[in-house]
Amino acid sequence: MDTLLQKIATDNGLILSFAVIGLVVLCSGYISRWLTMGRIQGSAIAILIGLALAYVGGRMTGGSKGLADVTYFSGIALMGGNMLRDFAIVATAFEVHPAEAKRAGGIGAIALLIGTVLPFVIGVSVAWAFGYRDAVSLTTIGAGAITYIVGPVTGTAIGATPEVITLSIAAGVFKAILVMVMTPMLANFMRLKTPRSAMVFGGLAGTVSGVSAGLAATDRKLVPYGALVATFHTGIGCLLAPSVLYFVVRALV
Amino acid sequence: MTIYGTALLAACHILGIVLGELLGRALGVKTNVGGVGIAMLLLIAARYHGHTRGWLAAKSEDGVNYWAALYIPVVIAMAMQQNVLKAISGGPMALLAAVLTVAACTLCISVINRREVIGSHDESPNATRS
Repeated sequence: MDTLLQKIATDNGLILSFAVIGLVVLCSGYISRWLTMGRIQGSAIAILIGLALAYVGGRMTGGSKGLADVTYFSGIALMGGNMLRDFAIVATAFEVHPAEAKRAGGIGAIALLIGTVLPFVIGVSVAWAFGYRDAVSLTTIGAGAITYIVGPVTGTAIGATPEVITLSIAAGVFKAILVMVMTPMLANFMRLKTPRSAMVFGGLAGTVSGVSAGLAATDRKLVPYGALVATFHTGIGCLLAPSVLYFVVRALV
Repeated sequence: MTIYGTALLAACHILGIVLGELLGRALGVKTNVGGVGIAMLLLIAARYHGHTRGWLAAKSEDGVNYWAALYIPVVIAMAMQQNVLKAISGGPMALLAAVLTVAACTLCISVINRREVIGSHDESPNATRS
């Protein structure tokens, strides 16, 4: 019986994950309405539940893909993977008002640049405080503070040790999770209300996963504006970190 | 036909990824540079063109809107497969780097966005209406 259920679950992975996510959204809606009196958005709660389940999945299997490593829920990997995530993000572009996006394009680009350099400087400083003194390790950990993809790409390019690369990924994943969780709480403080403010947020907060989930949990209407800028984040980071930023660090130490 | 919209979305997606990949190559980077962002710009342009020239039917738009509506569920599925365990096992340095980064960026966002309200009176009513 168990193997039969397992076979059905894996053969219909994507379909099962539609049902599972639907259930999570339903529960989150009830929690939002009845336990927080609507003060915390249902989608914010759903994302928190998702992260908690990812932790449980990681604990159960020791794998790297959270709940998706549990055989029954392997379809989650497809539904929440990069392909469908990017497809859904592109689809939200249909809601963009071109005039709004055009007007905020310049400030979005500036935010993107600050959002690359500032995390890098902080990452390098923290690594320095923890005793790292070589330019390669410092740069790799700084790159991890940009996004969890920039970290390993940079580390591999300039020849960092596996331990340092792992650390840089951990820093980036932490950052993404923090952005997902903290954005709805800090939305008022960040004045996250207009398309322009969402584009600034997308550039500075970085990581597509953090921005897309953070905005989803705050105001669904702002998602396309933030995502439009944030999707350039990893590319810019991979461009600057192993080159210009690395040379600067090397010149300084 | 609904599929026309989804096909348009898919075409923009693929074309964007290809252009992002080429841009990455041209810049000498090993990753895609803004492929998804380029795809979004293509779709915005296609929608604009389709509306002004009248070749984009409302029924076709459903094929895009459905996927846009699935956005939040997909993001929840994404949250479910984050490597939370690894982040936690990264220890205090990874945590500190992440917390300080998010704090500094939050401050920066706040400063820039506060200037929008004070600095441009003519823009704010427009922005809230949309």
